Amino acid sequence: MTDLFLRAVFADNLILSFFLGVCTFLAVSKRVETALGLGVAIIVILTITVPVNQLILNVLLAPGAWGWIGAGDVNLTFLRLIAFIGVIAAMVQVLEMVLDRFAPALYAALGIYLPLITVNCAILGGSLFMAERSYGFGESIVFGFGSGLGWALAIVALAAIRERLAYADMPAGLRGLGMTFIVTGLMSMAFTAFATMAAP
Amino acid sequence: MRAALKPLLDPLLRDNPVTVQILGICSALAVTTSMTTALTMSFALTAVLVASNAVISLIRRHIPSQIRLILQITIIAAMVIVADLILQAYAYAISQRLSIFVSLIVTNCIVLGRAEAFAMSNPVGPSILDALGNGAGYSAILMVIAFVRELLGFGTLFGISIFPTVANGGWYQPFGFMLLAPSAFMLLGLLVWALRSWRVEQAEPATTHVDREEALS
Repeated sequence: MTDLFLRAVFADNLILSFFLGVCTFLAVSKRVETALGLGVAIIVILTITVPVNQLILNVLLAPGAWGWIGAGDVNLTFLRLIAFIGVIAAMVQVLEMVLDRFAPALYAALGIYLPLITVNCAILGGSLFMAERSYGFGESIVFGFGSGLGWALAIVALAAIRERLAYADMPAGLRGLGMTFIVTGLMSMAFTAFATMAAP
Repeated sequence: MRAALKPLLDPLLRDNPVTVQILGICSALAVTTSMTTALTMSFALTAVLVASNAVISLIRRHIPSQIRLILQITIIAAMVIVADLILQAYAYAISQRLSIFVSLIVTNCIVLGRAEAFAMSNPVGPSILDALGNGAGYSAILMVIAFVRELLGFGTLFGISIFPTVANGGWYQPFGFMLLAPSAFMLLGLLVWALRSWRVEQAEPATTHVDREEALS
């Protein structure tokens, strides 16, 4: 479990080694506070949706899941994509309502980013990796939390670097997007060093 | 004639979805270690984009605006499932190498972005052209990056040896860094730099003096 957790946070970091959620990563990394808010939202959503999707996949969609009503040869796995997206959209909606009711300050701080998470590749990617690597229920909680934490770590680090980059004098064409990609590349290079650490 | 082709030609360079609008990078980089996977991914994305744009444009007058996002995503997801199943049926080896990235076309911002920004308010013909143009713009970036990564990383193009490697008795020592994730970020950064130096109007404005003072305070 510890190994799985460390791998999810560092070696198999969703952004820096699988490029998942890069769109949001680039758009919301100009200030540390907003990056931190988004990072927390991603951790929460990943920790909830990956285990829930794991249950849905195994209880409703897996081959033979409907054996108890005599439909043992029904295989609904081709529906997993639509099911995952539905679950993610619903979970985001529920989280939005819960936050609005019980933590209005956090809800206001997250603002537009919460609904946007629905179409973040990192969330769907987490569930798809869970399905592809066939994690169990416990493993998927650890994996969901770990990969969310890795994502949050990366975006906060990038935001901190970009706040400093605003003062750098660089060629006009490299300003903004170009430089952000190169900095992300350097961060990703640092994270590949963790790969040897997490390996047994 | 030129005006009619505008939706097709604009996204290629002037308004490229990846380098100008910063959309759809998520899946773009992971599949670029070889030209074959990049080309397959380009075809899959373009096919899904054309199909979903066409369908959404056809029923655009009947979609209630409150539930349009959920409807669009469901249509796109259905198209992606079809594309994924076709790949698994006819190109199983490649679909295994693409792993989850074909499914991730669903959350590719280009597809939803074009549905929302173009197909919802335009007839079928221009919507298809727009989809083809954006698909081609995305594919162009993918192919350029895959070209560099495969050529330098393996010494091959589409699996055909271009630089004979040392392991095979040739002279080329493969540049292993090109096969790791960081190289994709850096190559895309350099590509954006090159494009913006050529087309200066795409460069981002410098942080203004006021901004700096505000940030410092």
